[in-house]
Amino acid sequence: MYNLLVGGAAGQGVDTAVNTLEALLKAAGCGVFTVRDLMSRIRGGHNFSLVRFGEETPRSHSERLDGIIALNEETIALHRDKLKPEGFILCDESVKTDDSRAIPLKLQGIAKLLGSGRAAGSVAVGAALRLFSTPIDGARRVFEKSLKPGLVEMNVKALEAGYRAVEPRFERVGGSHAGEMILTGNKALALGALAAGLQFYAAYPMSPSTSILEYLASVSLKMGIAVEQAEDEIAAVNMAIGASFTGARAMTGTSGGGFSLKVEALGLSGMAEVPLVLVDVQRPGPVTGLPTRTEQSDLKFMISASQGEFPRMVIALRHHEDAYRQTIRAFNLAEKYQIPVILLSDQYLADGTATMPVPDPAKAEIYAPEDVPAEGGYARYRFTESGISPRKFPGTRDGFVSADSDEHDEYGKIIEDSETRIRMMNKRMGKLELLKRELEEPQLLGDERPEVLLIGWGSLYGPLEEAVRLLNAEGKARYGALVFGDVWPLPDRLLREKAAGARALIHVEQNYTGQLAQLIREQTGIRTDAGILKYDGRQLSGEEIVRRLREEGY
Amino acid sequence: MSDSRFETFETAWCPGCGNFNILDSLKNALDELALDPHDVLMVGGIGQAAKLPQYISANSFSGLHGRAVPPAAAAKIVNPALTVIINSGDGDSYGEGGNHFIHNIRRNVDIAHFIHDNQVYGLTKGQASPTADKGSVTPVQVEGSLNIPFNPVLMAIAAGAGFVARGFSGRPEHLKELMKQAIRFKGYALVDILQPCVSFNKVNTFAWYSQRVYELDKEYDRGDRAAAMLKSMEFGDRIPIGVLYQEEQPTFHEQHEVLKNGQILAGRKNDPELVRELMLEMV
Repeated sequence: MYNLLVGGAAGQGVDTAVNTLEALLKAAGCGVFTVRDLMSRIRGGHNFSLVRFGEETPRSHSERLDGIIALNEETIALHRDKLKPEGFILCDESVKTDDSRAIPLKLQGIAKLLGSGRAAGSVAVGAALRLFSTPIDGARRVFEKSLKPGLVEMNVKALEAGYRAVEPRFERVGGSHAGEMILTGNKALALGALAAGLQFYAAYPMSPSTSILEYLASVSLKMGIAVEQAEDEIAAVNMAIGASFTGARAMTGTSGGGFSLKVEALGLSGMAEVPLVLVDVQRPGPVTGLPTRTEQSDLKFMISASQGEFPRMVIALRHHEDAYRQTIRAFNLAEKYQIPVILLSDQYLADGTATMPVPDPAKAEIYAPEDVPAEGGYARYRFTESGISPRKFPGTRDGFVSADSDEHDEYGKIIEDSETRIRMMNKRMGKLELLKRELEEPQLLGDERPEVLLIGWGSLYGPLEEAVRLLNAEGKARYGALVFGDVWPLPDRLLREKAAGARALIHVEQNYTGQLAQLIREQTGIRTDAGILKYDGRQLSGEEIVRRLREEGY
Repeated sequence: MSDSRFETFETAWCPGCGNFNILDSLKNALDELALDPHDVLMVGGIGQAAKLPQYISANSFSGLHGRAVPPAAAAKIVNPALTVIINSGDGDSYGEGGNHFIHNIRRNVDIAHFIHDNQVYGLTKGQASPTADKGSVTPVQVEGSLNIPFNPVLMAIAAGAGFVARGFSGRPEHLKELMKQAIRFKGYALVDILQPCVSFNKVNTFAWYSQRVYELDKEYDRGDRAAAMLKSMEFGDRIPIGVLYQEEQPTFHEQHEVLKNGQILAGRKNDPELVRELMLEMV
């Protein structure tokens, strides 16, 4: 597995170079995983991406670099300390550096000769692929997909010139990923929503959730669905609820700040029993925080948001395939139990790209309730044994369909009497007990009988997977990690079982207060012994987890 | 009317409330339009006016305070076969929901928005609403409201609404006709309904309105936007009621590439083959 950093100022073409690199690595069969470290600005600043690739698709980034493509001097200064001794720095010959690992090339010179300095990134990508002994056969097709027709030829030539400028240095890696997709976490989520039958998406732009809105809008005509940019997040969520009430599968997405505005409507979905899928792509808070960076600090907020008590489900997304699968599941559970289901993602997963096998959307299971005849007139909130009342939609001839945010009777009319209130509360909250039977236990990584058990959730899946692999390879103790996807209601069977056999429990989270650890203690009484926490907006790597675990004495 | 298809139910309104006439006008308008109640969706926010959807036999959505318009618009977007009508108050529509009011005029989904405008908060017992007169004394505005009263009809015309009317609960026949026109109008239609609050507004009473309102006559040109804006500013000794402005323009559905051909999203599924094609674009 190799790890390459591409860095430069915003506007210098870092993203274009990375996209080309990813596509050509994948065409050569590699599994690819890229994280994007972006500054919240359009020009200037320092942006970089870490492209990791190998026989298998990596699930996290690494701090140890095999190579750097430096589109400016700053990139070298900022990242050379992480470069392995045998690593390389590809840069323009004009860049001044005393680093012996530098391979100065006429990146600008070649590009300008071909027509534009903007193609310098392609020269560097060509050279990097040659150093990794990776063929560039698919280059033309890649550029045809990503560039305007007039720019294709120039970039192909630039890439080839870079390729010729160096000699192979690293052994070729590759697998069978050429036929896979390469996509961001947000796109994986959006595809899951489409496979689940999404008909209506409303949102207000907010990083890092905006690309869900943009992607769905870009395919809305093909799919025949409605994607609406609402006037604010409150409108977005209320529109999604209105669409769902009327019979369309609906979703709304945002980040924490936007979710704060949606909180009252979250309760409406619970009270009025209108199925709803809500996406929170987390970024560091509070308030505006670090808009383009990552954090896992909304967990307790998602579990408790909105006044009163109502059933809800919160699912943390762990990686790209998980994002696709869990989004489909979220739609089904929302519809089956007529509750809000929150998908908790974060910037690391949302903006990061990975190769992923093409799933079969025809095999996506779509929950379809039986059409129950309305005996004695239709009542939206009919008391039933399960607490789940058959849904019908406005327009049905079986009766009138009503939704109400006030406490209501079976027909959705306002009530205030104690008896109906208690029955309705019991009906709604009872659905949570049924839902608990469908919970998925966290995924156990590493040793089956861990002495040291790491506990995490969501997108720390990849870093934790790498951490336990590194730790177990050392052979000093047996390490395992439980990575939660379903976080509310909290599944606890596997946790209790593994915690009982472990001598130390360590929570690993991207937040300040150890929110999952708190939740576990509240729900199970199980206390963790130590925590590895990070809240600087940058994701923990597997190596960093190992290092910090050592510092803690485990 | 013996052949009415719409029933009304017992309400929680104060005796003498203007809401009763508004409910009657609505019921009669729906009957005269020969609508099937099963195809009608009544939407309200929170407030005394917003309880109206509970009191008539049709589908109903009683959501959050200030948030009646977004779910109503979305319901129409996913099922254009429904007749979607919002009945809500001035606090709900112009205060808490002011942003949705403005932007759903711009969105121009084919819905009717009936706002019971009594210049006061009824459900919370008497505070100033956005349309309260300057100087209105209430339990909160103890020295009198300092704020400029919101002019909803002027705002609606300025924002680009295609149908802007003002009615009066004390002229139920006239109001019924306005409602019928608003429901039939293709696009967002606003009827601001002046209504006395017998419990909390002792100034703008039934008599106060009755002395001031006058119906726009046939001479009035409802297609002249500039004149309509001037007419909308008339609110004092004389208050015009009727359709202040009407100009059809393309609706949300008519302009929407997916919806303009009659696509109904409610109950629809996606073709997995199309999803597969999207996936293959990422290979």
